[in-house]
Amino acid sequence: MSGAPARAALVAAAALAGELLTLVASEFQAGLAPTLLLGIAALTIAALAMSRLSRHDHGAARLAVPALFGLTMLWLWQVITTTFGIPKILLPAPSEIAVAFIANSATLGADFMQTFVRSVIPGYVMGCGAGFLLAIAIDRSNFLQRGLLPFGNLAAAVPVVGIAPIMVMWFGFDWESKAAVIVVMTVFPMLINTTAGLSATSAMELDLMRSYAARYGQTLVKLRLPAAMPYIFNALKLNSTLALIGGIVAEFFGTPIVGMGFRISTEVARMNIDIVWATIAVAALSGSLSYGVLSIVERATTFWHPSFRK
Amino acid sequence: MTDDTLATAAIRLSSPLRFGASTVLPVMAVGMVLLVIWYLAAIALNGPRVTEALNRGGQPYDNATFIAATWAMERPVLPAPHQIALELWNTTIDKPVDSKRSLVFHGAVTLSAALAGFVLGTVLGIVLAIGIVHVTTLDRSLMPWIVASQTVPILAIAPMIVVVLGNIGLTGLVPKAIISAYLSFFPVALGMVKGLRAPDPLQLDLMRTYSATRTQTFNKLRWPAAMSFLFPGLKVAVALSLVGAIIAELPTGAQSGLGSRLLSGSYYGQTVQIWAALVMAAILAVTAIGVLSLIERGVVMARGGRL
Repeated sequence: MSGAPARAALVAAAALAGELLTLVASEFQAGLAPTLLLGIAALTIAALAMSRLSRHDHGAARLAVPALFGLTMLWLWQVITTTFGIPKILLPAPSEIAVAFIANSATLGADFMQTFVRSVIPGYVMGCGAGFLLAIAIDRSNFLQRGLLPFGNLAAAVPVVGIAPIMVMWFGFDWESKAAVIVVMTVFPMLINTTAGLSATSAMELDLMRSYAARYGQTLVKLRLPAAMPYIFNALKLNSTLALIGGIVAEFFGTPIVGMGFRISTEVARMNIDIVWATIAVAALSGSLSYGVLSIVERATTFWHPSFRK
Repeated sequence: MTDDTLATAAIRLSSPLRFGASTVLPVMAVGMVLLVIWYLAAIALNGPRVTEALNRGGQPYDNATFIAATWAMERPVLPAPHQIALELWNTTIDKPVDSKRSLVFHGAVTLSAALAGFVLGTVLGIVLAIGIVHVTTLDRSLMPWIVASQTVPILAIAPMIVVVLGNIGLTGLVPKAIISAYLSFFPVALGMVKGLRAPDPLQLDLMRTYSATRTQTFNKLRWPAAMSFLFPGLKVAVALSLVGAIIAELPTGAQSGLGSRLLSGSYYGQTVQIWAALVMAAILAVTAIGVLSLIERGVVMARGGRL
């Protein structure tokens, strides 16, 4: 590490120090003018640091830029809400959200268990599994593929989440109705992507399998399914977000008195916006974590794909 | 494969609603099978309650009466397709447009919010993409967060945003449009970033040998090249903006819009009303995507290309 990256790191450290100073100033109400001046200075240094760091291409700098950007946004949120005294009902400061998060961690944990563990994961597994199996089942029938795929595309275009009230009527208030909504939401993306993935092998590769006298099943397992993996992971990632949305939205239509969707709708009504934001933080964290885990698994299974090769 | 998986997956999903000649027969066949399954499911699901009602009547009944009754319930568990079609007809053609029970009226309320958000999101997405393509700092700092923004189930917190915006005096169309915009900017931004970067180094070098300015390169090379990426993004965006507008109408006691029809239907057990609202939403989404396909075709034709 020579001069230039070290200097960029130094500027980044200066930016963080400036932001910290501004936080202190705004917390102790040092007056509007000094806080604003400090804030603008810190923001300028942060922008400078980001543009300097962007010029370097190695791993640490690539991580540092978005991290610094995220921290700066969080800081801006905190400083603006405390300096201008924005009411908690409109927009609580990140620190207030953190306090609410810790104070209500037991409730939030129970909500997470109900929504994520008991509805989202079963629904997601069933929906993705059904979509995958359906794709394999119609794989040998060109007729069925041509007939079913337009319906899959249609289902992707229409607001499927609207079936939530119907599912609540059919399956009751508990997790079954949420899982049902998630199944309907996730099955078609999986079907479409798996079908696209299964047709991603080239004629050359298929010819090679034929020259080995490979049977249909062997070609499927040894060639076509591995080749379809990138597409399948696309659907898995897309579905992880869809499933969380489906689970939470379905709870708006009726639920036992626990769950993230229930928490959001009741605490909004009771004007406890900080708890709502804490629930959102839980949702965002679980969404990002599932996405991250899927990305890691994807890297491990499709390491051969051109986009992962250096 | 890393950053833009969500968008590419989404774009692949919604692009083809085209029906070639070779797909008409399979689609019809599958559609017929689905209809038959639907009618059978209606018998199975509505059966228990119909049996109860008929037994209470005390008169003997045959199978035909029983089946006809399952397809004609007032509040069925699963309405038969013709009941939904009839409800759609009654609430669109038979009702005056300004009636509170007209689905045209509710559809228009939702569509206007969705379209406002769609336009807002599209402009935001394009501006962000232009910035990201031209400024390295923005690419490095903003791009990961744009991707991360979509792993947050924003749709689920839409009602809260509506309530909060309502507290500062923003009600009606604006909050719904903001949620639609948040959802729809993402596919547009990702598609445009990809599209504006689509010209290969050879083409960019050619522009340099012409000593073209950045603006000229943008106008004559990057922007036209991005068009084929913009439209798939727009189609996803318009579908998402409709979903956003409908969800935003849910738990806030909205008086109008398809979302409020869903909610009131679920309160009063009016299943036929829920299904009709859902079908209306589907019709709106498919129509909007169809219109975008037509515009895309026009743009491609105007540039002398082929579809």
